[in-house]
Amino acid sequence: MQNDRLIIAGREFTSRLFVGTGKYKDFVETQKAIEASGADVVTVAVRRVNITDRSKENLLDYIDPKKYTILPNTAGCYTVEDALRYARLARAAGVSDLIKLEVLGDERTLFPDTAGLIEAARILVKEGFIVLPYTNDDPIVAQKLVDIGCPAVMPLAAPIGSGLGIRNPYNLKIIMEMIKVPIVVDAGVGTASDASLAMELGADAVLMNTAIAGAQDPIVMAEAMKYAVYAGRLAYKAGRIPRKLYATASSPIEGML
Amino acid sequence: MVEVIQIQVNGEKRGCRAGATVGDLLRELAIKTERVAVELNLEIMDRKDFDHRSLKQGDRVEILSFIGGGAPMDMQGRGRGLVHAE
Repeated sequence: MQNDRLIIAGREFTSRLFVGTGKYKDFVETQKAIEASGADVVTVAVRRVNITDRSKENLLDYIDPKKYTILPNTAGCYTVEDALRYARLARAAGVSDLIKLEVLGDERTLFPDTAGLIEAARILVKEGFIVLPYTNDDPIVAQKLVDIGCPAVMPLAAPIGSGLGIRNPYNLKIIMEMIKVPIVVDAGVGTASDASLAMELGADAVLMNTAIAGAQDPIVMAEAMKYAVYAGRLAYKAGRIPRKLYATASSPIEGML
Repeated sequence: MVEVIQIQVNGEKRGCRAGATVGDLLRELAIKTERVAVELNLEIMDRKDFDHRSLKQGDRVEILSFIGGGAPMDMQGRGRGLVHAE
């Protein structure tokens, strides 16, 4: 399918799979998995530089920012203040104005604190950030984020790292129908069929980390996800048949003995 | 004799030559200035000020960069969190 490009805030992407870079064995594995996934957008976290062991290499020596769109996140932030601080630090580190905004509400579920998320998003949009918010599967919150000026919304499929797949396809479907900006299903994917399902529902992209990095063979799973997202997208564009309770023969009766 | 001041870098106390700049500190630590962010006493610095701002006794410096991440779970035990102003 040619020219089926995803556009977010004027940036064009060929792949509809976004990948995280956490939990890999090492940078070489990270690099290989990302390459196998075919992703254009790669998320990273902002953390203290290790000053006692300077032999530690830099992730961006392996993930070339000229080749990939680096999407820094505010992972691990539980307050608006923290999320703002990390977002500003990410921008100061000089990669881009993009930020995957996370304001978490609870350590056990890692569900977003949507009130905090909206507040932080409003401030960051005013400061000129391109805010991609990680949110709940709540259509009303999604709409508020769009109203604030977020150029895409990233609702979760299931808790981060849970691998439970699409827990609430109906809410996600409502978000996809209601919201006029790209929807990136973020978090909760466990395996390839989950990614396909998200895309078949009409998601514009899927973001995942653990499903690839935590697989027995992350590089093979990265490739599986590439095809899963692509297949799901094609099926969505093709338009599936309606579900029916009874059979409909596919071979003609006419001409039978 | 060189006068030494005490500063804090990424949460750890450290001696530093009086009059040294933030840029000097980064060079001493062998940190490439591209793709790092520096916060000095909770204020994010413009990188063009690195070589102009001299460090003062008690300064708190945070030097950050990008690491692997996608989900907050990834960060457990990996230097999560900065020092906060009380």
